[in-house]
Amino acid sequence: MSTAFDMTAGQVTIDGRKILRGVDLTVDDGEVVAVLGANGSGKSTLVRSLLGVQPLSGGTTLLYGRPPARFREWWRIGYVPQRLSVGGGVPATVREVVASGRIARQRRGRLTSAADRQAVAAALNEVGLSDRAGDPVSSLSGGQQQRVLIARALAGEPDAFVLDEPTAGVDAGSQKMLAETLSGLVDRGKTVVLVAHELGPLEPLISRAVVLNQGCKVHDGAPPTAVGAHALPGHDHVHPHEPEPAESGLPSWVLAQEKA
Amino acid sequence: MTIFDLDFMRYALVAAVMVGLTAPAVGTFIVQRRLALLGDGIGHVALTGVALGFLTGTAPVATAVVVAALGAVAIEMVRARGKTSGDVALALLFYGGLAGGVMIIYLTPGESTASLNSYLFGAITSVDSTDLWVIAGLAVAVLALLAVFGRELFVLCQDEEVAKASGLPVRFLGLLIAVIASVTVVVAMRAVGLLLVSALMVVPVATSQQLTRSFRTTMALSMVFGVLATVGGLTSSFYLDVPSGATIVLLALAGFAVALGIGRFVRRSRTGESTA
Ligand SMILES: Nc1ncnc2c1ncn2[C@@H]1O[C@H](COP(=O)(O)OP(=O)(O)OP(=O)(O)O)[C@@H](O)[C@H]1O
Ligand SMILES: [Mg+2]
Repeated sequence: MSTAFDMTAGQVTIDGRKILRGVDLTVDDGEVVAVLGANGSGKSTLVRSLLGVQPLSGGTTLLYGRPPARFREWWRIGYVPQRLSVGGGVPATVREVVASGRIARQRRGRLTSAADRQAVAAALNEVGLSDRAGDPVSSLSGGQQQRVLIARALAGEPDAFVLDEPTAGVDAGSQKMLAETLSGLVDRGKTVVLVAHELGPLEPLISRAVVLNQGCKVHDGAPPTAVGAHALPGHDHVHPHEPEPAESGLPSWVLAQEKA
Repeated sequence: MTIFDLDFMRYALVAAVMVGLTAPAVGTFIVQRRLALLGDGIGHVALTGVALGFLTGTAPVATAVVVAALGAVAIEMVRARGKTSGDVALALLFYGGLAGGVMIIYLTPGESTASLNSYLFGAITSVDSTDLWVIAGLAVAVLALLAVFGRELFVLCQDEEVAKASGLPVRFLGLLIAVIASVTVVVAMRAVGLLLVSALMVVPVATSQQLTRSFRTTMALSMVFGVLATVGGLTSSFYLDVPSGATIVLLALAGFAVALGIGRFVRRSRTGESTA
C-alpha cells in the first residue's frame, strides 16, 4: 500500500502569523479522512498545503512520495476548492467547467478525445446536472455550482480527492447524493480527504477524522460517531449548564474520549 | 473611387482585420481573469516606451513592445504575490506610465507632447507595408499561442488554485497572458491609440457576452464583433472624414448597446417559453 499524502511538521506562516503550526498528517491509499475544526482553524490551509497550492514555511509534504514541485502525476489528484461561486468574468457552460477537470490528462495542443467526453458526461450524470450541461454556470444556484465543482474533480478520474467543504450550502437531498457518489468512490478504493463542518450523511463513510484547532492537530483517529456533529468545535451552541470545552482548546467529544 | 484603390487604405484595412481578431481573443481571457483594465494599464505603460523610442532615436513601436511587456510582467508579479490586488497594481502603472511618457518626451530635444498624439489616438492610415508585416506577424503569433495554450489559460483564468492543483505551470501561464496582452496592445495601438486600446479588448467581449452562454462562443463572436468594429469604423471614418480610432470605438460601443437590447429580449422570450 502506498501513501497518497504525507505531511511532516507542516508549518504555514502568512504575514508573520502562524496559520499551521507543525502538522503531521499521513493519508494512505484508500483512506477516507475527514478534516474537522472551527472556522479559521486552518482546515483549508492544511489541504491547500497538502497539494502544494499553499507553500509551506516549514516542514515537508509529499504527494505520492514526491514534493509538490517535483510531482508529475497530477491527474491522480482531484481538488474541489472552497468557493462561493464558480467565478470568471466570461460566461462558461457547466460542461466547459466540468471538462476543464480533464486538463491534467490532456496533452498540450491535442484535441479533446472520446475518453474526455465520456468522462465529462459520466461526471455530469453523477452529480445530476446532465440536463443543465449547456447552461452558463452563473445561472445555477449556489448548491448546484458546488456540484459543478465536484463534477469537475470527478471528470479527471483521479486516485485521490481533496474536497474542501463540498457540503457547504448544499441541501439535504444533494448531501445524500454526494454521500452516494463518495461511497461509490470509496468502493473503488479511491482516497478521500474531506474538509467538513458537519459530516451529516457522510459520517458512515469516514474511516478517520483529523481535528484542527488554531492550526494544531488536536485529534487524529476515530471519527466522532456517538457524540455527533453537535459537539464539534465551532458549532456555536450555548450550553450554560455544561463546562465550556473551548477553554482547553479541545472539542468536548475529544475530552470525553480521553476521559474514557 | 473606392477605398480599395488607395494603397494606404488597403494596408489599413488589413491591419484593422488583424487588430479586430486579436484584441478580443486576448480580451476574452483577460475579462475571464477579472483583469478587464489590464489593457489600459499596459497602454499607459507603453506610452513611456513610445517616448523612450523618441528619446533614443529607435522605432517607438519596438521600445513600446519592450516597455509594455516589462510593465505587464510587473503587474503580474505584483498581483501574484497577493499583497496588492490586481486593480490597485494596475492603477499604479496607469499613473507611472503616463507621467513617465510625458516627462521623457519633454526631455527629448525637438519633440513635444504633440509627437505622442498619433500613438495616443491611433493613426491606422499611416501603416506602411513594413508595419503591416510586423503587425501581421505579431497577430499570427498571438493567435497561435492562444490556440496552443487556450485550454490551460481557460483553467488559469477560471481558478488559479485549481490550475496549480492540476499541475499547470501557473507562473509561466500568467506571464504568457501578460506578454500576449502587451504585444496585442502595441499592435492595436496603431489602430485606435493607446488610450482606446483596451476598448477593443473589452467591448467586443462584453457585447458577445450579452448573447452567448459558453466561453468558446463568447470568444468566437467577440472576434466577429471586433472585426466588424475595426473594419466598419475605418471605412466610415474614411468617408465621413473623422478620426478612425474614435469611430472604431464608438461603433463597438454602439454594437454593445444593440446587443444589450437583443440579449434582454432573447432572455425574456426564453424564460417566457419555459414558463409557458
Ligand atoms: N491568504 C491569506 N492571507 C491572510 N490570512 C489568511 C490567508 N488564508 C488564510 N488565512 C488565515 O488563516 C487562518 C485559517 O484559515 P483557513 O481558511 O485555513 O480556515 P478554515 O479552517 O478553512 O476556515 P473555514 O471553516 O471558515 O473555511 C484564518 O485565520 C485566516 O484568517
Ligand atoms: Mg476553509
